[in-house]
Amino acid sequence: MSNDVTTIGKRSSTSSNQNVSRWFKKNNHGNRLLTLVLFLPPALLLFTIFVILPIGEAGYYSLFRWNGYGEPSQWVEFSNYVRLFKHGAFDTAVWNTFKIILISLVIQLPLALIIALSIYKKSWANSLFRLIFFLPYILAEVAAGLIWRFVFDGDYGVMAKFTEALNTDTWYILADKNWAFVAILVVLVWKYFGFHMMIYIAALQGVPKDLIEASKLDGASRFQAIWYVKIPLIMSGITISIFFSILGALQTFDLIMPLTGGGPSNSTHTLVSYLYTFGITRMNVGFGSAVGVVLFICCVIFAFTYQSTIMKDKK
Amino acid sequence: MLAMRRISWGKYIFLILVAGFVLVPMFATVLGGFKSLGELRTNPFGLPDVWEFEYYAQVFADGSIWLLMKNSLIIAFFSVLLTIIIGTMTAFTFSHIKFAGYKYIYNYFLIGMMFPAAAAILPLFLKIRDLGLLDSLSGVVIPQVAFGLGFSILLFRTFFEQLPAELFDAARVDGCSYIKFYWHVILPLSTPILATVGVFVLVASWNNYLLPLLVLNTEQQYPWTLGIMQYRGEYGIEWNRILAYVTVTISPAIIFFLFAQKYIVEGLTGGAVKG
Repeated sequence: MSNDVTTIGKRSSTSSNQNVSRWFKKNNHGNRLLTLVLFLPPALLLFTIFVILPIGEAGYYSLFRWNGYGEPSQWVEFSNYVRLFKHGAFDTAVWNTFKIILISLVIQLPLALIIALSIYKKSWANSLFRLIFFLPYILAEVAAGLIWRFVFDGDYGVMAKFTEALNTDTWYILADKNWAFVAILVVLVWKYFGFHMMIYIAALQGVPKDLIEASKLDGASRFQAIWYVKIPLIMSGITISIFFSILGALQTFDLIMPLTGGGPSNSTHTLVSYLYTFGITRMNVGFGSAVGVVLFICCVIFAFTYQSTIMKDKK
Repeated sequence: MLAMRRISWGKYIFLILVAGFVLVPMFATVLGGFKSLGELRTNPFGLPDVWEFEYYAQVFADGSIWLLMKNSLIIAFFSVLLTIIIGTMTAFTFSHIKFAGYKYIYNYFLIGMMFPAAAAILPLFLKIRDLGLLDSLSGVVIPQVAFGLGFSILLFRTFFEQLPAELFDAARVDGCSYIKFYWHVILPLSTPILATVGVFVLVASWNNYLLPLLVLNTEQQYPWTLGIMQYRGEYGIEWNRILAYVTVTISPAIIFFLFAQKYIVEGLTGGAVKG
């Protein structure tokens, strides 16, 4: 802002100089402009440098083969993308990410909703249950992952008890290509259902009590009161929680690393753990950026369509 | 009446089963640190027959755990502080200064909220490296603050705009400058939203794994999330040691949660819903 003022000042004649100073005086009451010049740039700079620019750079770098040192010079057009889409492990990662979304929508959110409906009223026991169910959400993913790595260990934990009971060989589920990702899905539900439950509880507590009373007086059954009164009234909470669960699913990473690290034979990668393994650890800046661009496009397309269609109706 | 009672029994059985699903792995973790490997193998979930204290003792005696916690705390503290200072300043320009074209800049920040942090992680890494921030705590703090801005500006602006407009008019008539108004009126009135955003940033920073993993190379700089993975790497399948270590490292978060439950739930879900 101050820059504008000086450049305009230099170029113009004395009369417009006066105009500028008049404009400045008029707008700077209570140091309004000064405050602006002081308050806005820090966020603008930080945000542009660390959030916006890297996205553009990812698009640019994805067209090169580059190890991150010197200037990117080996222009390879779209071959990073071609390699990506031909890579079987990437297919698996996309498919796994899709499975997370599916499980969230089909198991996690309904579970959260059922629990929220049964404990949203204020009571001592309900508060205790809420506390318990929310607990996994505040744990760091790496810690939660290690805890479950123990639980799933074939020699210890629940899997050992399981195979012992069936009298079969020890089963290392996290090393089993066909089942490892199922185990990860269990941990995901365990970790995040409490978060969605809390969103629903907050929404349910906002439902006016007289509406539910009225529906009871009209002879609605418990189920009808839930289906026709409570759920429609908390729809905005449900829309938000779907939004978060899908955006979260697209970015799952921290839990994968302690549980399987993407193995066995790349069968449990998600988009981000794939990016980490094939882009970052090998410093394939071009290839990794291409994965990032795909991830970015998925998130943005989803976010924009969801917000402009479903969330718009609800607000 | 009988049907009602049956439903409510069914409900409690269901809730207790889910609570078991949530809690059993956690109790097994805490208790596992007290068991010998042999006992852990035969009795992974129950109370230990013989309480062994050496594994926990070793975790504390190691000393590195305090350094890890300290690093995590420093990173979290500065992330919260900077997000709150910069976020409120920016939101204030949108809510009270309302300069020409502010809506475009506001939307610019909001759009960034949808950007997945991981998508541009490689260019971000190169940027941190080129700015000479690699292997320093500020290399973790600054990007974390940048990524928290969109969300916090949204919450702050909404809150500031809901403060009574009369306050601002009266202050301006009395000749109070914008900066003084921000400092003496807006900030003191905004403690609830400061707590919400603060808790959100605190928990996200405390639990962050990917960014420190990229930025930090020397162990002296590691936060606890990197330390725990390294410990696991060192001790492989000595699960009793690892479980003791996990218990010790997650307990600050759990204790904090039990004491500040209300703020945390509000910060993590309320913030999300308002956003």
